[in-house]
Amino acid sequence: MTKEEEFKKYAKKVYHLMILVFSIFIIAGGATIYYINDPNFSAFKNNTETIVTTPEEGDEDLIENGIHVRTGLVDAEGLMTVVNNCTNCHSAKLVMQNRMSAERWNETIKWMQETQNLWDLGDNQEIIVNYLVTNYPFEDKGRRENLTNIEWYELEN
Amino acid sequence: MKRRDFVKKTTLSSLATLIGAEIVFGSNMLEGYNPLALQDPDPFKMFNKNKEMVVLNDKPWNIEAQAHLLDNKITPNTAMFIRNNGLIPEGIDAKNWTLTIDGESVVNQKTYTLEELKSKFEQHTYQLTLECGGNGRSEFNPPAKGNQWTVGAVHCATWTGVRLRDVLEDAGIKNNAVYIGYHSADKHLSGDPKKEPISRGAPMVKSLQDETLLAFKMNGKDIPLAHGYPLRLVAGGWPASVSGKWVNRISIRNKIHDGTKMMGTAYRVPCEPVAPGEKVKDEDMCIIESMPVKSLITYPKSGAVLKDGTSLKIRGHAWAGELEVSKMEYSIDFGATWKECPIETPVNRLAWQHFSASIDFPKKGYYEVWAKATDTQGVAQPMILPGWNPKGYLNNACHRIAIKVT
Repeated sequence: MTKEEEFKKYAKKVYHLMILVFSIFIIAGGATIYYINDPNFSAFKNNTETIVTTPEEGDEDLIENGIHVRTGLVDAEGLMTVVNNCTNCHSAKLVMQNRMSAERWNETIKWMQETQNLWDLGDNQEIIVNYLVTNYPFEDKGRRENLTNIEWYELEN
Repeated sequence: MKRRDFVKKTTLSSLATLIGAEIVFGSNMLEGYNPLALQDPDPFKMFNKNKEMVVLNDKPWNIEAQAHLLDNKITPNTAMFIRNNGLIPEGIDAKNWTLTIDGESVVNQKTYTLEELKSKFEQHTYQLTLECGGNGRSEFNPPAKGNQWTVGAVHCATWTGVRLRDVLEDAGIKNNAVYIGYHSADKHLSGDPKKEPISRGAPMVKSLQDETLLAFKMNGKDIPLAHGYPLRLVAGGWPASVSGKWVNRISIRNKIHDGTKMMGTAYRVPCEPVAPGEKVKDEDMCIIESMPVKSLITYPKSGAVLKDGTSLKIRGHAWAGELEVSKMEYSIDFGATWKECPIETPVNRLAWQHFSASIDFPKKGYYEVWAKATDTQGVAQPMILPGWNPKGYLNNACHRIAIKVT
């Protein structure tokens, strides 16, 4: 065996050793990173909880035919600000029934802050009032309206 | 309903994912069955109400009747409107329920158990008309703030209890007494235990009337929870908010009671008439006392189609707050002509009165039957909206139903 051959053999050994060391390092590092992110190794288990909660979380703020299903409010700019600030104490039904001008909504908000423990709405107040006057506008009803939505039926005598 | 279906669908599919297979009989799941945790409260079952009642608000619960549901002479629970300012109290223990009489103008502060009230004082039963001050609010223009009641926030059930007067006199009323104020067990919407959702009352003269009761029975049974179980103040003919539910304390005050919803604009109208939409200062608003004269056609339901040549029988009720109804009329030509029809005398003071008529129509076509009651002071219901007020109270405009003759 020449000196050259001997060196080549030695270098090959070192080369294999280094591959081994690096492989171990990469596997260990990968495992550590995985452990940090998922300490319960749930990806290897049939974890039912995650699967079940996903559709329910989606349900919370589902929009169907332009309506926020949970509250019945119209899907438009400012919707979630209204949902998050105006449906904690009372139902959204109370909001939708009322058709007021921006001035009267602002007065109502002030009244709720003075007597009903409503918090300071900050910049959200303008977003909320704009949403309300845009999507639930005031309708002029005159001094007496026509009867509407009459369900006709045969009257048996 | 749609939401419920959606939840059901997603539940089925997530159950399917969970099991790793389709739920074979999923489509056969009983109709109306929802996994327990997902059930929406069904107000009609929860409060034992007719399915045709209309839910205006579900937090807090506010539910009204339609005119045709109020046809009974004595309103059954199934057709009685529910009005709440706060959250209905839970876990009521009637055995340990007490009523305290206190205030600046009580001689001796006293506390009574329900049993003591029942055994110590004479019991009385009256049929009493309770109408929400805001009944008819939905018609005001410009619109008024609050639950948009149409016509169904009125009922006339029988109430059994003891006279408030007897209890107040047992504790002793000082000469300087002006008003009583009630306090109740309901909870404020914000959850703040220091706030009362509502604490109203009445002047001494109303409080001392024979018919003003501390009631523990409605239509012969325990009062349903939503209507004030186990003890309710009942003051017929006045805004129903005077008739405090779940009452546990009554204060005899030496001034007008200043509880929640007594002040500001609540249950108040402008002392002097104002133009629609006009701003009114708080100090220019006066407390509503007796409700105005009003009537309701409860049969037939609006929308009846009948054959030419047949006559139409109508019936309904009329009431006039502290007063009586002395005249009842109807019109089929939008008030151009009125016909008088019989009105029964009330079963007792402050109970509604019943009317009926048989109507012949001159020819085929679209008609409206309008009803108009007049009280003993000659004041009648207006055909158009009465005086506008910021909170939309006291709309006693004539009720009408649509009829088609073919």
